[in-house]
Amino acid sequence: MNVTSEKFLPIITPETEHFWEGTRQEELRLQECKSCGLTYFPPRPFCPDCSSKSISVVIGSGKAKLYSYVISHLPSPGFKPPFSIAVVELSEGPRMMTNIVECPQTPEVLVLDMPLVVVYEERSDNITVPLFKPHEEIA
Amino acid sequence: MKRVRAVVIGAAETTELGEIPDSSQVQLHADAALNALNDAGLKVRDVDGIATAGENPITIAQYLGIEPDWIDGTSVGGCSFMMHVRHSVASILSGLCTTVLITHGESGKSRVPPPEWPWPPRPGSYEGQFEAPFGAMGPPDLLTMPVLRYLSDYNVPLEDLAMVPVIQREWAAMNPKAWFKEPITVEQVLESKMIAYPFTLFMCCPRTDGGGALVITTEERANDLPGQEVYILGAGESGETMLISQMQDFTSSRAFRASAAKAFGEAGIERNDVDHLMLYDAFAHLPIFGLEDLGFCEKGQAPEFIRERNTAPGGKLPVNTNGGGLSYMHSGMYGMYAMQESIRQVRGVAAAQVPNVGISVAHGIGGMFSASGTVIFSKAPS
Repeated sequence: MNVTSEKFLPIITPETEHFWEGTRQEELRLQECKSCGLTYFPPRPFCPDCSSKSISVVIGSGKAKLYSYVISHLPSPGFKPPFSIAVVELSEGPRMMTNIVECPQTPEVLVLDMPLVVVYEERSDNITVPLFKPHEEIA
Repeated sequence: MKRVRAVVIGAAETTELGEIPDSSQVQLHADAALNALNDAGLKVRDVDGIATAGENPITIAQYLGIEPDWIDGTSVGGCSFMMHVRHSVASILSGLCTTVLITHGESGKSRVPPPEWPWPPRPGSYEGQFEAPFGAMGPPDLLTMPVLRYLSDYNVPLEDLAMVPVIQREWAAMNPKAWFKEPITVEQVLESKMIAYPFTLFMCCPRTDGGGALVITTEERANDLPGQEVYILGAGESGETMLISQMQDFTSSRAFRASAAKAFGEAGIERNDVDHLMLYDAFAHLPIFGLEDLGFCEKGQAPEFIRERNTAPGGKLPVNTNGGGLSYMHSGMYGMYAMQESIRQVRGVAAAQVPNVGISVAHGIGGMFSASGTVIFSKAPS
């Protein structure tokens, strides 16, 4: 495996394979329950609300808003402090942890509920992680 | 539901607290355990149940010379010890065992040996796949993540977050065993080293060495023993998620609310019956979430409640009177120390004793708002 980053590298498991295959293709793949209609993340092969196994993979819009964050000043392999660690709310509803990138890492710039759009960071041959940057368009 | 009639008959911390480089973690468990058994007036051979977190309960039982036929290894973070109390009470009342020893020891500062730490997680776990890749290194930049949402939704200034360690330091100043005793100001808190914005160093707990232990038994057995019994009126526990990104609401902990509701329901008491409160505070926001999620304050009102000195010395609801995890000590899993202070206050032997404590509540968190445990202690049986 060609490792291109000293940042933490996840190991893919059978239930998450579609997600990581998606990020390699620059798609943010979520799952949708055909029984109750819930769109959910993180991945699992049944609905976390109604337990239905009738689910499908859907491609998210990649649009989100900033739900909350910290600006870490702690040393972390591959990161240059200070850097943001954030939780974003996808336009489809689910939340995920990420970094807000391509903007100053300051409280003045990182304003809660600001619109964001996904970008992708390749870390190895099989791991590409979804990050988010400010989106000009107001959601 | 059946009214609880189990009691704490022994309670003690390690002989030393703070920096104990000449004790391994297992010895910290044992030192606290022997102190608690001594407090109860019991011998190791009187114990038939063992509970601990962070170490395998069999390790502790064998080291002490206990042959347990009741074992609880619930280990879901710092509130595990509150859960051990709840499980002990239920098991004692149903006849599974008679006398449970709950131990905690953690070489959080000296690291003899380095404690197992749940971070970084296994790369194939959900934490490893969906949180660790973004550079968080542990509680200071994970457990703190909900706070900006809380402050924003309720229009709370950073100064109010900084007030939490300031007031707890007032309590610590009265406690000779506290790790930090020097008074601090809001300005000093805000100007201390930035750890993970908005959290500065003084809003985060220290890492220290120590331990504590409890002996739980029946009211009947306690009557024949020299230890001063403290009644357990009720207890609760709950869990939400190991992924803080998936916490339902960043302004309120579902696990806190559920655990507290169970405990208060079982005890059959109201919030205004509580004389003293311990809210696990690894970081400055936890007492704010605790006051609101346990029902002592309306949503968004806890910062003002603290600023107006209700939780301070002389206030109507004394909170974290040992100085809290922020000033007293924090080995890593603080829940045991919160209960020890509740018990001291009910017994009337605390360093910063509050007058006439009849009921004290100890409330703990596990992991990154992952789990919660609550225990209600009382001087009287009901």
